[in-house]
Amino acid sequence: MLKRLCAILIATVAAVGLTSVAADAGTLDKIIKRGKIVVGVKADYKPWGFRDTSGAIVGMEPDLAKDVADTLGVELELIPVQSSNRMQFLQQGKIDLMIATMSDRADRRKVVGIIQPNYYTSGTNVMAAKSQGFTRWEDLRGKPVCGKQGAFYNKIVEKRYGVKVVAFVGNAEAKQALKDGRCVAWVYDDSSIMSDLSTPAWADYEMPLPTEDDNPWGIAVPLAERDQLYGRFMSGMIFNWHQSGRLIALEKKWGIQPTAYLQAMHEKFKDWLAK
Amino acid sequence: MDAVYEWFRWLYDQHGINLVIFYEPYERERFVSGLMTTIYLSLACLFFSFIIGVVGAWLQGSRLRFTRQIVQGYIQFFRNTPPLIQLYFFYFALGVYTPSYDAGGWREPIIGSFGWAVISLSFFAGAFNVEIFRAGIEAVPSATIEAAESLGYSRLKTYIHVVLPLAFRVSLPALNNNLVNLVKTTTLAYAIAVPEMMYTANQIWSDNVNVPEMMVVLFLVYIVLVGLLVWGMHRWERAIRIPGYGA
Repeated sequence: MLKRLCAILIATVAAVGLTSVAADAGTLDKIIKRGKIVVGVKADYKPWGFRDTSGAIVGMEPDLAKDVADTLGVELELIPVQSSNRMQFLQQGKIDLMIATMSDRADRRKVVGIIQPNYYTSGTNVMAAKSQGFTRWEDLRGKPVCGKQGAFYNKIVEKRYGVKVVAFVGNAEAKQALKDGRCVAWVYDDSSIMSDLSTPAWADYEMPLPTEDDNPWGIAVPLAERDQLYGRFMSGMIFNWHQSGRLIALEKKWGIQPTAYLQAMHEKFKDWLAK
Repeated sequence: MDAVYEWFRWLYDQHGINLVIFYEPYERERFVSGLMTTIYLSLACLFFSFIIGVVGAWLQGSRLRFTRQIVQGYIQFFRNTPPLIQLYFFYFALGVYTPSYDAGGWREPIIGSFGWAVISLSFFAGAFNVEIFRAGIEAVPSATIEAAESLGYSRLKTYIHVVLPLAFRVSLPALNNNLVNLVKTTTLAYAIAVPEMMYTANQIWSDNVNVPEMMVVLFLVYIVLVGLLVWGMHRWERAIRIPGYGA
């Protein structure tokens, strides 16, 4: 009797173990069974991901997420993420896919599955009042510069130029502090600064310095699935966005300064038979 | 000391436990400065919230209705609103109207983010302290106060020499609770860019992708900090105990 009980117990444990392994086998499986893909995007990074007047998250990256959902034939759910928590969200399975303006860095590749090819690129620059008249990064030495918590270049500019970075939780707070004159400049991605400068609110401001540390952005899936079906599928999505010119079209749609990078990628992946 | 630092580097290389704040001088300095800011911020807030509590409780017993209402208004305002919103309000709404001077290209306000954090958190905890001291004051028998009055004590002198010393002993356990909460609430100051421990830890784990390690470090450091406070308060409680009075 006891023996049989033990056998049943072992069998049950084994079965449970096996099914849980099977369930972990593929995020893609999970997405299709659930009929919905959950994508982590930015909600405070205009125009890549931001909230429109109705509160919905829109932008270039939500559009890309929609493409993925449409290709898979599933519904799309967008979850707003922060620079400081996006990788954890993916690790913990709170999101299936991350398209959140993330720079592709070597240390990050150890944590999440960053997919090749990259889909965008940006570098570090600052936004400052025209009256400041900055021309070189050295002009910022010893001065307070507003920034965003969790950005990797905070440390780089602090070390390289002796800038005092005053980092806030969100961009809105950092930009408010810049307007209040609590810092001489706001350090951020050149691409995002560009889109801010095109609005009348920032007419008296400029992006005066040469862009540094140009760094491609990466879309990420869970690390274990980078080289499996799901990762390969996403590689195909990104390749197609480059080849079809979808990324360039979206850049235009959202009023982003055209980047040489997207043009170059479009050329590189051009279909050699297409006219 | 270098051997200890090297041990942590070995720990990372061998076991992937990345306690970068020990083996990399830049991160270590950042973390220590964050720790020091947290300690200064806590001490300043403890001191001022204590003063606010004592003064507020005295004003609450004022004969003037107007003064009592002001104190009551203050308590309601600070007790009924979240401390994070208070910080934002002070820093971004009131901060704009504080005088500032030109520090070579930027306006350096007289009260910076650290100053606003001290003001805001002290008023927040102070509101609770007023009520805590009031409870203590109400526990002082009216016969004792009448006795002091009949000996010719003025209202202020009675408060300082008779009521407060007795009330204080009754209030200490509740005060202890509130001050522990205050030290923990100082983490909120990261929202207005006060470079305290939470803020530096956030930056460190973003740069080094070592969230779990830094979380553990944060936990341990706060356990030690709050433990020190509680230990000190208990010693104080014992030292001023009057045998036969109170618990």
